[in-house]
This record gives sequence, C-alpha cells and structure tokens, in this order.
Amino acid sequence: MTNLQEFPIAGKYGRYGGKYIPETLIPAINELEDAYIKIRNNPKFKRELNYYLQNYAGRPTPLYFAKNLTDYVGGAKIYLKREDLLHGGAHKTNNCLGQCLLAKKMGKKRIIAETGAGQHGVGTAMAAAVLGLKAEIYMGSIDIERQKLNLFRMELLGAKVHSVNTGTKTLKDAINEALRDWITNVKDTYYLIGSVVGPHPYPMIVRDFQRVIGEEIKSQLKDISTRSPDALVCCVGGGSNAMGTFFPFLDDDTVSLYGVEAGGLGIRTGKHSATLKVGSEGILHGMRTYLLQDEYGQINDTHSISAGLDYPGVGPQHVHLKNIQRAEYVTCNDNAALDAFFKLSRLEGIIPALESSHAVSYAMKLAKKMRADQNIIVTLSGRGDKDIDQVINFRKKYIGGSK
Amino acid sequence: MSHLLNNRIEKKFCELKLKKQKGLICYVMGGYPDPKTNEKIISSIVDGGADIIEIGIPFSDPIADGPIIQEASFRALQNGINPDICLNLIRKTRKTYPDIPILIMTYSNILQRKGFKKFMETAKDAGTDGFILPDMTIEESKEYLEYSKKLELASVFLVAPNTSNFRIKKTLDVSTGFVYVVSVYGTTGMRNSINKYTLNAIKNIKKLSSNRTNISVGFGISTPDQVKLMSNFGADAVIVGSAIIQIINSNKDNNIHQLQNKLKNYVTTLKDACYDR
Repeated sequence: MTNLQEFPIAGKYGRYGGKYIPETLIPAINELEDAYIKIRNNPKFKRELNYYLQNYAGRPTPLYFAKNLTDYVGGAKIYLKREDLLHGGAHKTNNCLGQCLLAKKMGKKRIIAETGAGQHGVGTAMAAAVLGLKAEIYMGSIDIERQKLNLFRMELLGAKVHSVNTGTKTLKDAINEALRDWITNVKDTYYLIGSVVGPHPYPMIVRDFQRVIGEEIKSQLKDISTRSPDALVCCVGGGSNAMGTFFPFLDDDTVSLYGVEAGGLGIRTGKHSATLKVGSEGILHGMRTYLLQDEYGQINDTHSISAGLDYPGVGPQHVHLKNIQRAEYVTCNDNAALDAFFKLSRLEGIIPALESSHAVSYAMKLAKKMRADQNIIVTLSGRGDKDIDQVINFRKKYIGGSK
Repeated sequence: MSHLLNNRIEKKFCELKLKKQKGLICYVMGGYPDPKTNEKIISSIVDGGADIIEIGIPFSDPIADGPIIQEASFRALQNGINPDICLNLIRKTRKTYPDIPILIMTYSNILQRKGFKKFMETAKDAGTDGFILPDMTIEESKEYLEYSKKLELASVFLVAPNTSNFRIKKTLDVSTGFVYVVSVYGTTGMRNSINKYTLNAIKNIKKLSSNRTNISVGFGISTPDQVKLMSNFGADAVIVGSAIIQIINSNKDNNIHQLQNKLKNYVTTLKDACYDR
C-alpha cells in the first residue's frame, strides 16, 4: 500500500482533487506550485515561519487534559488541542501566516481571501497586516449578518471586506467571487484559500501549513503517555483543522480518525452540511470531490448552526480517506453541538467555537464507549466568542426560553 | 488539431472561408427568460445572421461568468430550468434548423453529475455539435475527450492572454471545432475598449496554429467595431453573449415582437461587420 503521507500523487488523492479551473488561472496555479515546492523545505523560510508561529501567534498551543469533562462523561480520557488559544482565536492563523509569507516571497502584494464564519478573513487580515501586505476579503452578505463582530475585526485590521450578494450569499459564493477577482487580477494577486479545498496545489499547501497541529500533538503526547492516541476527533467543514491533525498519524493504524460534519437540523430535513456522509461525487471550486448537489449537479444550499461548517464541498483528501476507510466521518446536529458548547463552557471554563463544539459532542459520545485507559484527542479548532449572538438567536428560534 | 469531418461546426467554418466571411457565434442562456421566449430568441438570432449558436446550461456556481450571465443563470435556475429542458430546446432548434451548428456552454459538474458518457450521448442525440466547458482543463480532460471523439462532438478548449506558447500548442492539439480565445483578464461581460494584449494574443495564437485551427474570440465583445478589429488581427469568428442577454433584460414590457426585432437587428449589425471588404 502506498504511504498515505505521499499524497497527492500528480495533484490527486485517489481520483479526487485535480485542477478544474478557467485557463486564465493556470499560469498562477503553476507559479504557486513551483514557488511552494521550491520554498517548503528551505531552512530560512521554515525559520521565518516558525518565528511568527511562536512569537506572534503563540505556538505551541497546549494539549490540555479535560479532567472535568472526562469525569462527567466517564470512559476514555479526553484531551483538547487548544487551537482556540492561538492568536486570532482559531487554527486558521497557521495557514494564513504560512501562505502570506509564501505570497511575500513570491513578490505578491495583494492578498484576496474568502471567508465563511469570518475566522479565515480575520486570520488573513492579521497575517497581511503583520507582513505588510494588502488584504481584500470576500464574505457572503448572510454570513456578514450572522458574524458582524468578525466583519469589524477585519476592518479594524486594515482589510477591505466585499459583501457578496450572489447565489446563496454564503461561503461558496464568496469563493466564486474571490475566484472571479483572481481571474481579473491574476498578475499581482495571491489567492489565499482558507481550507484544504480548491484546485491543486491548495489542498496540499493548506494541509502542510496545518499539520503543525498534529505534529505538536505527537510530541506533546510523549510527555504525558507512552501510547499513541486511540482516537483523534475533529470537526470538518472544508476540513483543514482535521487534515492538519490527522496527517502526521495517517500511517499509524492504531489511531482511529473521526471527522465530524454538521448534521444541522438533521440529515432527513435536508438542512445540514454533511457532505461526506450523504454527498456525491462532483466538480466545484477547482476540484473533484464530494458535494451536496441535486440530481442535475446544481449545488445545494447548506445549513449549520456554525457558519464555518456551512459548505457544500469538502477537501478531496478527506474523500480519499473515507473511501479507503482510513477515517470515519460522522455527523452532529445543531442541538447536540449547542449542548456540547454549554457543557464545555460550564465544566472546563472554555467557550468553544460552534464548529469545534461538533467535535466535542462526538468525542463525548465516543468516550463513553471506550475504556478509561484509552485516550481521545479533540482539536478545539477555535474559541466561541464570535458565536455568542448566534447561540442566543438559535436558542430563541429553536428551543425557546432560557436555560 | 484533429478534424471532425462530419461536424456542422467544421463545415460552417469551411463555408465561411469560401465566402470570405468571419463567423458570428451567439450565446443564449437556455430557457431564459422562459422556454417559449427562448425559442423565439434563437429564431431571431438565426434570422439576424448568426453562424453558430451557443446554448448555456445554467449552473449554480458560474465562476467564469460576469454579473450579467451570473444573474441570468440564477434566474433561470429559480424558474426551474434544468439540463433536460435545455436539451429539449436543442432538440427543437435542431428540427427547425437542420444545419446550424449548436454548442453547449456549461460547467463540468453538469456533465459529471449524469456521467460524461451519458450526458454527451444524450446531447449528441438532441442535435448538439460540441461543448465549451470553461472549467475543464486539458489535464483533467481524458474522459471528456474520449467521448468527444467517439461521438464526433467538438471539444472547444479556451486559451487566455497569459497562456504560454507551450500550452497553447497542447491546447490546439486537443481542441476541435475551434479554439476559444478569452480576450481579457476577467469574466464574461461587455467592455468598452480593447486591450493591446488581446490583439497580440490573437495574432500569436493565429501564428502558432499555422492557420490550421479556427480561432474564435470571446469575452467582452459587443460592438461591430470590436468585431472588425478582432477579425483584422486574425480571428475567424467572434462570440457575443452578455450583450444579447442585456437586450433580453431590457425588454421590460414583455413585448416579444419588439424584442425579436431588436435582437435580429443587433445580430445583423454584428454580422455585417463580419464581411470582408
């Protein structure tokens, strides 16, 4: 069997990935791939990136044993990889710093990015500010409405935010608009994709800048236990924090990998974002992957309580891992995620992002079925400060009353 | 370039060359603004002198399109237009006009969803002569090319102003019917001026093709002067899309005869610019 860390092979993960893009972007994609391959092992580049990751963003993030949560659930020990403590409040910063530094080395001065929940937009705005680049962010008008705070943060950080009013007015349309901008301004613009999606080489580049999560887990675990983790649990929208966590463990079969997708209001209602669970093969945003689509290939509206998981596609490497049964992909509904949001807040004094709450929720379920000498590591991809309004609104709308 | 001898597109270009004319390719969004009006729109365009008809199948995420075609796709989808309706439209058009070349312009996922083989067979059966897929790259085209060849359908690939000579040659090798030169950095939609780089790109591609491939130029073309300029620099045909949608959109009072006249006259003025004088 091929070593799973060798993927992508010729830009593909099995039959997934590839590049399906307008011709105008081909030179830019090729330039990016060449530049990245040349620089990724360059010691000076690595040193510089590490400098920013440590001194600016606060790496390494702790691996925290959630004792209260573990006691409450009963079963396997639950550890939290605290990406919520990273500067910016989410794992997105890892990729934004990496790609902004890459863009700078390539001589690009203008960065464009899409954002759903606003976290990638904020990460891009921060990284661009500190590295002296100009950032413009595309964000769906519906997402702006539900993540007002992040809009202000981006503007505060000096980024220009474009409200996207086409299609479903959410993340996928923000990606479309960013791609159109790139087609128009391809000569001087760097497109900073925020997840392990898009045409090759993006899924690989983003994964490589996020694998620091998994690498750190590996070394931190050695300090507290002799065994490798029994299970890794991460939420999956596009799938960048999950891929960053999973990647260093892909070829260690003793580690079970779980990706948790947004079950929304329930799979049967059709209002969800469970692409891997119930989607089908298709081509969108430059890649062959799984999509939520209708019988004609039109992309469906998605739903999740968390804007960051609200995406009708998924990273192509996740599709590959699912197909070869290396990782298991499950769902967690809005209500269960919300429950985990409150539990973690009360039990550990940690307010998790709604995205990460999906992973926490599944980990609680999983821990119960496992032995006390086993351990689960949950990547707490972000903090929940940005979600307070959303939680209040959601409770009013679907649950009623106060808790 | 590989030739498809039995294809209406190749025949049309031969005919145009004999008559010393440039070709006029007109785009309509399938089923837009509604299927009935759409049939009449196609008739007016053909009557006006269009040489080739391009029928767009709306897709939810048209990344290569500017605001006018995006909006038309969006509205078509909201009105329930789907690929089956568009293929029926092609079937009808084929009955009325047995000789006019018809191309489908859409995005790869529309074909992928049904399976390239199945979708292309159905399209062929409906009377389609080829496809233009703006997000299909030569790297990913193995399956698409296989069935294009088998079914004698033209596979039109695009080249951009920044495409390298090496890649242009590779594209010329696999593009059948014609090669679609994207005139600008950007998405579809009308432009007031023409850039020098566009004309240089046309000249360059013409040279690389050694006159063996038909060259059609699109994105941003809407006036007779632009048509003449593109022709003078070596284009064998021009493609007009957003301007036609714009005329359809301007027909606010739903007067179908007025719309038909407007479209016919507009297409005629463009076709007039295609004659060699």
